[in-house]
Amino acid sequence: MSTATLSPGAGVALPAGVNAAAPMPDIMPPVKPKKGFIGFLRRNPTIAIGGFLVLLMVCVAVFAPFLWTKDPTALAPALRTREPSAQWWFGTDMLGRDVYSRVLYGTRVSLTVGFSVAICASLIGLVIGLTSGFIRVADAIIMRIMDGMMSIPSILLAIALMALTRGSVGNVILAITIAEIPRVSRLVRGVVLSLREQPYVDAAVAAGTRTPMIIIRHILPNTLAPLTVQATYICASAMITEAILSFIGAGTPPIIPSWGNIMAEGRALWQVKPYIVFFPAVFLSITVLAVNLLGDGLRDALDPRMAKRL
Amino acid sequence: MALPGPQDGQPLLSVENLQTHFRTPDGVNRAVDGVSFHVNAGETLAIVGESGCGKSVTAMSILRLIPEPPGKIAGAIRLNGKNLLECSDREMRQIRGNDISMIFQEPMTSLNPVLTVGRQIGETLRLHQGMSAKQAEDRAVEMLNLVGIPEAKRRVREYPHQLSGGMRQRVMIAIALACNPKLLIADEPTTALDVTIQAQILELMRDLKHRVGAAIVLITHDLGVVAEVAERVVVMYAGKKVEEAAIGPLFRSPRHPYTQGLLGSMPKLGSSLTGHETRLAEIPGLVPSLKAKIPGCVFASRCPHATDLCRAVAPALEEKAPGHVAACHYAPREGAMAA
Amino acid sequence: MNAIAPLLQVNDLKKHFPIHGGFFGGTTGYVYAVDGVSFEIMRGETLSLVGESGCGKSTVGKALLRLFSITGGQVILGGTRIDDMPSGTLRPLRRRMQVVFQDPFSSLNPRLRVRDILAEPIRNFGLAKDAADLEARVAGLMDKVRLPRDAVNRWPHEFSGGQRQRIGIARALAAEPDLIICDEAVSALDVSVKAQIVNLLQDLQKELGLAMLFISHDLAIVEHMTHRVAVMYLGKIVEVAPKRSLFAAPKHPYTEALLSAVPVPEPGAARERIILKGDVPSPINPPKGCRFHTRCPYAFDRCRTEEPALRPVADAMGEGHIAACHLHDRPAAENPLAGSKGASLLAVG
Repeated sequence: MSTATLSPGAGVALPAGVNAAAPMPDIMPPVKPKKGFIGFLRRNPTIAIGGFLVLLMVCVAVFAPFLWTKDPTALAPALRTREPSAQWWFGTDMLGRDVYSRVLYGTRVSLTVGFSVAICASLIGLVIGLTSGFIRVADAIIMRIMDGMMSIPSILLAIALMALTRGSVGNVILAITIAEIPRVSRLVRGVVLSLREQPYVDAAVAAGTRTPMIIIRHILPNTLAPLTVQATYICASAMITEAILSFIGAGTPPIIPSWGNIMAEGRALWQVKPYIVFFPAVFLSITVLAVNLLGDGLRDALDPRMAKRL
Repeated sequence: MALPGPQDGQPLLSVENLQTHFRTPDGVNRAVDGVSFHVNAGETLAIVGESGCGKSVTAMSILRLIPEPPGKIAGAIRLNGKNLLECSDREMRQIRGNDISMIFQEPMTSLNPVLTVGRQIGETLRLHQGMSAKQAEDRAVEMLNLVGIPEAKRRVREYPHQLSGGMRQRVMIAIALACNPKLLIADEPTTALDVTIQAQILELMRDLKHRVGAAIVLITHDLGVVAEVAERVVVMYAGKKVEEAAIGPLFRSPRHPYTQGLLGSMPKLGSSLTGHETRLAEIPGLVPSLKAKIPGCVFASRCPHATDLCRAVAPALEEKAPGHVAACHYAPREGAMAA
Repeated sequence: MNAIAPLLQVNDLKKHFPIHGGFFGGTTGYVYAVDGVSFEIMRGETLSLVGESGCGKSTVGKALLRLFSITGGQVILGGTRIDDMPSGTLRPLRRRMQVVFQDPFSSLNPRLRVRDILAEPIRNFGLAKDAADLEARVAGLMDKVRLPRDAVNRWPHEFSGGQRQRIGIARALAAEPDLIICDEAVSALDVSVKAQIVNLLQDLQKELGLAMLFISHDLAIVEHMTHRVAVMYLGKIVEVAPKRSLFAAPKHPYTEALLSAVPVPEPGAARERIILKGDVPSPINPPKGCRFHTRCPYAFDRCRTEEPALRPVADAMGEGHIAACHLHDRPAAENPLAGSKGASLLAVG
């Protein structure tokens, strides 16, 4: 029934003198709710920006050979330390290698290390955190070990571990992962302990659910949101750690270009040829910023308190 | 003070056509949409309604505590004739805590945990009335005595965590009353408290009303609390005022179906003694979303008496009896009630 | 089993939570949350447990459900002692006792669809013959709590508070229990929604013959819902009585004060007011003697030293009224609780 057909005496029995309220004006322009993926990105601009930049870096890493690069390891002693130009976009280093190509290929190392450490540290941390969140005896022991590991700065721990092995990307990932595990374990344990107090877990216990099923159905899925956020921060921190390790020569072997060892090689010429250090540093900064933005965005989007707002 | 004194026949506070809307990603939330009421000096007005009806937003709007954006306030809020919506931020800071003060629901989170009780009471006095630290502390002790906190001299140096929930709410009241405000806005002041502590605080509020003389706007969902302390009631539903009356007529002969439903859905204490044990009346359904405009009466979707008229034409507030207004096409007027 | 044997019997239940402190995390004290509570619930009966926050009423509910181990006492469900049972043996017995919690938001796992929430107890207790039977049972539960059947595919966040509470009730019913523990099950809801859920619980109880332990601080709801009431104060039960007896003639000063403190929606009602002084003492260090003596308007010397036992008291309304108060040892003329003051406290009649 539309308003137009409803006037007093238009067939509907009305009491005499219907008193209609004055309509209220709009005091702000209407908002068109955006549904779906576009709407999600509009509501979470940090995820959109961070995600876009991360995706861009992934594309750079994957398609590095097709992005007008040269062989990043090709030596050309005659063409040493050329300034950036149309031919060498980011210039050349002291061995005449093209810095543009080396930086683009270096993206591969950074992202591989970042993503691998994030995934490995999260999975191992999840198992350790769940164990200590559910088994009281294990908790006391595991958490003291974690405390011990956390008392050593993670970069020093990674350097020490690298000193035990030879430099390879795999060993870098392993070393950084071990250094990052305590933080994830603590986070997961804290989340598990608070989830165990949730009424729905009590209700599941009362409903006869066995402990393994409690963990799989009720605890694990609810740890994934905070763990995802933590994983992005670990990813960013691992990329920085990798760069530091490579910079001091304890990380990726010099044969593989990585942002850390490009910067290390440019260090000697820093005052005369700053671009050798400058370009990989910019790439590192942008990538770490992008991953952190993504993490902040995910944290806001996944935080249930934010979802309840308004 | 910045404000002119009360004029003859003019209410202390008058809220006219207040609209408070919020921009949200899925539409404009019309949290308060055209609410008018007034509070006379020394009077206690209750605003009742269920969660999401806009009662707290109304209170926050009076103090202009709504963040803008995403919120926006329109209409007029006049304190002694001065429109608060036209005041500068600086003027509003003068008014808050001095002419109008507020008590919140959660006494733990509204007190600063690292400052002593005395500092927190004294802060507003030093800020608004230029008192010295010594004067402010003396006044703080006086205020704690007023709100019935024993050993005020010692308590004034304690921190909030050293006090129980009821004591904290008393401190909140002391802070609110320290500057002798003309208007006190109490947002669910007893909801977080146990029933015996609630009784203490309600008793204190009744007592203070006589002694201090401030007008009170009491925001609550509890009709029992309303009956205990208020003189006049505004019933809100879905951002609108649906009924207003003095408490006697409102509880005796509610005119709006929503008010009738609210009263009917409350179990009556003592029903086992009087033998009037009946099934509770239900208000079916849910509160409508405020993000879409509702063409007719906001209560039509849950009202047992709703007709096509209600769904199409929003009823205006009408005086159904002297001083008793309701927004319902079918609510009887005084003559009709008797018949 | 004897026909008049109680469904649930609780004898001297105690739960003391240790307080950890110091460098090695040793126990430095105890919170005496529940300190010797006894009651029984018959089949189909509603017993309410009332009291203010911190009195231990919710701890009693959780202890009965064996959500933690108890410090002392016995819990006997349908003739079987369950408090010392290993958890494997206990699991099938859990079916008989289910729970509905207060907070409609945290009581449902946000990552499970309604169907999975309701199917969990049915699967755990092997109640469904096959997948079709499971589906039929889930649909039947939705009908029982008056939610549309097609809502089983939705997520908890798509429902309002009242609807979520209905899902919580349906989950409790899924196990076909004999007893439902409602832990403040309607306290977080708005007035109009509260009435819907109260009516639903009453209808279900009649229809299914459920016994109920109704834990609440809201005396008006309790009076509406219950058969008998137990009043708790600082970890102890101070009074138990059939509903009418308790509301007409409270026999413990705390009950009396509670009744007079509830605001009633009747402006200007002439009622006798008892405003208790002070706050509830800490359960870490409860007062000696009667635990209520620090706030009791009638306390005398004996109350400060000797703890009163729960025992039957004279009540004109009928049998089954027990209270823990020394006043009842005094002659009626000196006992302010001797008469039936309920009507004047509640402003009725």
